[in-house]
Order: sequence, then C-alpha cells, then structure tokens
Amino acid sequence: MAERKGLEKVASLYQDAYRKVPRPADLVRRASFPYGPPTTPLTVEPKPEDPKLGAHYDTDWARRMPTRYGRYLLTEGVLRPIIAGLAQPERRGLDRLADLEGPAIFAANHHSHLDAGLLITSLPEPHRHQVFAAAAADYFFDNRVKATASALFLNAIPIERTKVGRRSADQAAELLDSGWSMVIFPEGGRSPDGWGQPFRGGAAYLAIRCGVPIVPVHMAGTGRILPKGKNKPKPQRTVVTFGKPILPAEGERSQALNDRLEKAVAAVADEATTDWYTARRRAAAGETPSLGAPTEGAWRKAWALSAQRKRPRSTGKPWPDLG
Amino acid sequence: MPRPGFVLDVDKSTPPILFHHGEGFRLEKLPAGRSRVIYPGEPLDALDDVEAEIQDALLNPLEMDPLPSLLKPGMKLTIAFDDISLPLPPMKRPDIRQRVIEQVLDMAAAAGVDDVHLIAALALHRRMTESELREAVGDRVYDAFAPSGALYNHDAEDPDNLAFLGTTKHGEEVEINKRAAESDLLVYVNINIVSMDGGHKSTATGLASYRSIKHHHNVHTMQHSKSFMDRHNSELHHSNWRMGAVIKDAGVKVFQIETTINTDTFGQDGPMSVLAKREWEWTTRDRVSFIGMQQGLKRLSGSTRRKIFQNHRAPYGVTSVTAGAIEPVHDRTLQHCFDQHIVEVEGQTDILTMGLPYICPYNVNSVMNPILVMCLGLGYFFNMYRGKPLVREGGVLIMTHPTPWEFHPVHHPSYIDFFEQVLADSTDPKVIEEKWEKQFAEDEWYRHLYRTSYAYHGVHPFYMWYWGSHALQHLGRVIIVGGDDRAVKRLGFKSASTLQDALEMAEDVVGPDATITHYKNPPLVMADVK
Repeated sequence: MAERKGLEKVASLYQDAYRKVPRPADLVRRASFPYGPPTTPLTVEPKPEDPKLGAHYDTDWARRMPTRYGRYLLTEGVLRPIIAGLAQPERRGLDRLADLEGPAIFAANHHSHLDAGLLITSLPEPHRHQVFAAAAADYFFDNRVKATASALFLNAIPIERTKVGRRSADQAAELLDSGWSMVIFPEGGRSPDGWGQPFRGGAAYLAIRCGVPIVPVHMAGTGRILPKGKNKPKPQRTVVTFGKPILPAEGERSQALNDRLEKAVAAVADEATTDWYTARRRAAAGETPSLGAPTEGAWRKAWALSAQRKRPRSTGKPWPDLG
Repeated sequence: MPRPGFVLDVDKSTPPILFHHGEGFRLEKLPAGRSRVIYPGEPLDALDDVEAEIQDALLNPLEMDPLPSLLKPGMKLTIAFDDISLPLPPMKRPDIRQRVIEQVLDMAAAAGVDDVHLIAALALHRRMTESELREAVGDRVYDAFAPSGALYNHDAEDPDNLAFLGTTKHGEEVEINKRAAESDLLVYVNINIVSMDGGHKSTATGLASYRSIKHHHNVHTMQHSKSFMDRHNSELHHSNWRMGAVIKDAGVKVFQIETTINTDTFGQDGPMSVLAKREWEWTTRDRVSFIGMQQGLKRLSGSTRRKIFQNHRAPYGVTSVTAGAIEPVHDRTLQHCFDQHIVEVEGQTDILTMGLPYICPYNVNSVMNPILVMCLGLGYFFNMYRGKPLVREGGVLIMTHPTPWEFHPVHHPSYIDFFEQVLADSTDPKVIEEKWEKQFAEDEWYRHLYRTSYAYHGVHPFYMWYWGSHALQHLGRVIIVGGDDRAVKRLGFKSASTLQDALEMAEDVVGPDATITHYKNPPLVMADVK
C-alpha cells in the first residue's frame, strides 16, 4: 500500500513538473516581437489577407497525377489507420450507393476536424480517390502550411464562408463537371455545442447547377473524439450512415432542395440513434427530430444531447480504494 | 493597388519599429501616446512595357521635335548620363539608363550619326570603374564605345575639355564639359530617384567644373534651400536654373530624358522583403528571415557584411519615362516622384528619429564614413520635407548608425584629412568654408587622385558638411545611437548607446513628454509638413 502511495506521489510530481514545462507554442505566443507575433496598432486596419492564400489559394497541383498517387498512399497508409484507431468507425448504408454512377455530393453533419477524414475514408470506390473536400477558406487556407496540408491530404478547395464567392462555386462546379465527387458540410462549420446548425445552400445549389445527386450522410461520435475547442483527441466509437442519394427535381429551387437535404440528414441521424424502421415511421409522420437543439437554455440542450448517447456501462472500479 | 504612405500614431499595441542601423537593424519601442511614425507608401505599379514607353517618349517629346528628326548624319551627338550615385541601391540589370541609351543609339544609327560620345556626368564624384559603367549602360554600349575612347567619365578638372559659357546675373560662372557644350545635340539620360535630381541640375552640375559648382555648393545656398528636395524653395535649384538659362543662351541644345522608379528597394519576396513591410504585418516567415538575418549579420565581420549589402541590387520598377525640353519634362517627373514619395504630416515634432541604412549616394561599393553618416542624416533625410522641417527649430535629431571611424582610402582620401584635421578644428560650416575649403579644393594631390584614380574631389567632404548646414542651423542637438563614441564626438554630436538613453538626453533640450516622430526610410518617403 505504501508502495502505491509512493508511486502516486511520483506520478503527481511528474504531472506537476510536466504542467510547469511550457509548450513551444506557448513560448512563441509569449515571446516578444520579433520572436513572437506582432500586435497591430489600434488605429490601423489589419492588412487584407494574402491574395495567394484564403479563397485565392491555387489547389490545382493537388489534382495532378504525382500528387494523386501520393494522396492515395497517404489516405490508405496514414489516414485510414489513424481514423481506424481514433474513431473505430461503423459504416452503414453503403449498399444505398451501389447504383450511384458518376460524381456525387456527399453532404454530412459536422462536429469535428475528424469529419472530413472519416467521411473520405468511409466512401466506397471509386469516390474515395476521386473526391475533393470543400474547406473553409478562412480556416484551412489562412497559412501556407495548413493550406498545403489540406490540399494534399483532403484534396480540399477553399470555400468562402463569410460571403458568397463566385470563384469558390465556379471551381467546385468545374470539378464536379469533370467527374470529381465532393465532400461538403452544409452547416458551414463545426457544431459549437454538439447540436446541428441550419444548412447553407451551397450543396443544393451545386447539385442543381451540375445535375448531380446529393448523398445525405450522418456521422455520430466524432464530436466526442475531438470537439470544437479541444486539441487532444480521445478515441471513441463512431457511426457513419449513408442515406439514399437525392436527385434534384426538374425546376427545383435550391432552397427547396436544401430543405430536403436537411431533412434527409436528420432522418439518417434518427436511423443511427434509433433503428431504421422507427426512423422511417417518424419520417412518414413528419416527426423526425431536427438536427438542431430542441430547446433553449444551455443545460437543457446538454441534457437532451446526453440522452442520445449510448453510453457503455462503466467498467472502471465501482468503489474507490480507501486503503 | 499599392497602399499610400501614412502617419501612424504609436499606441500600446504598436510593435517595436524597425530602425536601419548601417549594415544591421534595430527594433525600437517608441513611447506610446506621444510618438508617431511616417510610413512610406508601397511601390507604385511599374510600367507594363518599358521599351514601348521609352520609344513613345522619344517620338513624342514635350516641347521639342521627335528625337529622330533632331538626328542628322555628320552631327556631333553627346549622350550624358547620371553616375553611380543613382539609384540607391543600384538597380537590377538592365539599368534604365541602358534601356534608354540603347534606343537613343538605335535612332542615331538609323539617322547615320557617326560622331557619338557618351559621358558619365559625375561632377566632382569619383570616376566610375569599367564594371560600374557596364552596369549602367550595358555591355553592348560599353563594348561599342569605350574601346575607342568615346565612352568616358566627365573630368571637372581638365582645363582642355571645359568650356566657359558665361555668367548668370548673380555672377555665377557657368563652365561645363566642352564636348557636351560643343555638340549639336546633348541628350541627357537621368534617373530621378528623389525630387532633388534632374532638371537643369543634370547638366549645370553633372557636367560642370569646380569653378562652376562652387557657386551653389556652399553654406549660404544650402542654408537657404528649405528644402533642397523642394525645387521651388531651394536656392540650390534656383542657382542651377539660372545656370541652365546661360547654357541654353550659349546655344547648347539639350534633349532631356528623365525617368522615375518606384520604391521596390528590397523586393516582394526573398529575405530582405521584410525590410519594406509594416511591422504588424510581419508573417512568421518574415520574422524568421529577420531573426536569421540579424543573427547572421552579428556573426560576420564588418567587411563581409558590407560586401553582402553592397551586392544587393534593387528590383525597382520604372514608373515613368519623359523626354523633351528640360523644364516641362522635369515638372512632369517631379509629379511622378511626389506621387510615390509624399506623405502628408500634420505639424512639426520636438524629436525626430531616423534609422540610417548602409548606403548613401557617395559610398556605392565603398565605405560609409562618419562624414557621410552626417550627410545622409542631416543632409538628405532631414531635407526630405516640403513646407516645414519635420522637427521644430531647436528640436533634437536622433539617428541610429554604427558610425565607424573608417574610410575608403582610394575613394575618400580627402575625407580622411577633413575628419582628422578640419573637424578637429571646427564643426561650424561657415568657419570651415572660409578657413579650409580653398586649400583642399586646389590641392594638387587630391586633384590628381580625382582625375586619374577613383577618388572624390578634394572639396567633396566640405560639400557633404555643407549639405547638413541647414539642419545644423535648425537643430538644438544631434544624437547618434549605437555609434563609435570618438567618431560621433568628432562630428560634434552626442553619443547614446540606446534609444531610451537618447530620448532622455533629448529631454534636456526639449523638455519632458516631448513629441517624437520617426522618419521611416528606406524605402524612400518625403514628408509634406502642414
């Protein structure tokens, strides 16, 4: 017993010491200029973004043959094992894609940075290696390192979130027209609280413009692995459910298609948290739970969300060791 | 769209400001709430097709006939061009002088002109070496004219090759290069890096003799040029314009070609590009470049540092080419200069700070000696104003520069004696002018070195000192930060080891809580002080 106490003491000392050692990122942040970043004078407008970055970043290189071979190796040799280790994904509904021919838009809910990697590695062939991701220009392309990594690993193209950008839409449409599938998160950003956010119309607009189907996808569990605001992933099980592809109807407006898409993703989500039949019945009755938070108030939202989780029973010690 | 220059009011969020410090740099925190920084504008867009613009200027000159119609077989054609003092730092090849001269010569060849001379208009500066001439006019021109002796440096002390043209109504003698004076057409190819350059000064100073130049390069003229960057308020320019009239009346036909360049001094990429950026916009890459540069330079010897900096060639873009009669051409050129350089500044300051770089017009491929430090700070940078000086009368000027007690023995022999002998006696420009100038100007050994070696004229250090005489008259104190104590003392200035020390020392003159203005140059900027 005394030995155990000694070990605990050593562990606690180690943890204290570890906490006191500053991380390199903190050191850079705290260092004074020029070792640390400069501050902007109060009276000065910050400089507009580098025109070679953000929405203007040129990702053509990421679709050239040598890069595609490199990405194939990275996806299969690096990304898939990492995703398998962190997310232990269970993939459902792939049979719904059996008749899918040509390019498609895979539209999913968005909880975590893992989502793009998880979704791409979950796609069936030929889409998995013939796909590009729509990524926020202001986040994934704001510096060269992130922009290069996003383009290389995910074949990402920059999409403007804050304004309607013709350039982004044109580029995405051009790729869809030339046979590339697309991965997009219509919520426009990761969920801040675990609940869904309203869908934006980009996916629906592109589907109509290019005449391609949209596949609704729901991913459950990634928000617990690496939620917004966290840096350290905690491995958890995840479920990826593919819905039935939706084809734009003739003359359908993008708002109507967007509504259909949102409902379809909600139905797939319902299917993932209940069962297929229950979900179908609720859908038929118009009672599919919305992806968004059902009630106002912080604690009630969190409470309702926790009810959706299928928590495994604790396998840890039921009673503390009181010595 | 390039952003114009502006005045930044320093607040608590303002990062430390980059000060040039010879072949090195300092980052200095300026006091918040009472300091401001004058930032230069970004480089203006360069001309898309420089060759076409040159051709257009030569074919459509201002108030003169097109150049081809002035060129005839059997005529005497002289092409004079600005010397090594322009631009600063030297520009990447091809130099704009080369481009212009090649087109002029193409037209001369088409007209069948055989008698062509090319002259580096260096006034009392040192002669240009072969490689320097090649850099300015290009290998094609050099190889075509230099071997036959038709491309050469002007000699302001060659009695056989100077022509006396007359006297102005102010009694100023006008004597210029004989070949230029006797040519049927003198084509002058200039680079207007600042508003001081060009106009009648090109010929009346660049091709003149000591006898002529001394009439405007003196203490009285410089003290009445407020400033010599503002032609209409510059006695230096008034004198040159009067001389220009004498040259014209003597029948010398000048076809003036003036060019302006933007302020792309350090490039848009590469490690030096950080020097032209505003500090709060430094990216991680810029900071890494800066720290690397700073640490690397600290570990190098002075001569290696100098070699690295002197090898830098600026990727300037050409912003205008104008040709024709001197005065209309120069008016247009000045407008292009001001478009690039002018920043409006509200009111004067108690303390003016400036970081002096490694180069001034007189140490290209050479050493920046203490006299040139004085000239760059109190002469050039102090005078980069229109309206009123940036600093109030009786105010303090603080400059950062290592100011080593070091001279180039070939380029600056008379500077060594001036520093050892003259400044030890007095730093008062008037006393110096009266007591010492003649002795140095007429010294046979200095004259010999100027004419046959690569030395500045014996009188040149005096002119450098006079160049700062307006500032010396105006300022209450001059402090050099980080300079060699002995050299700074010899200049008659105060020495401080840090900017904070210098600001405290300045308080003795201007009182506590004095206002501070930092003049951030290079890239070039000129203050329009209201």
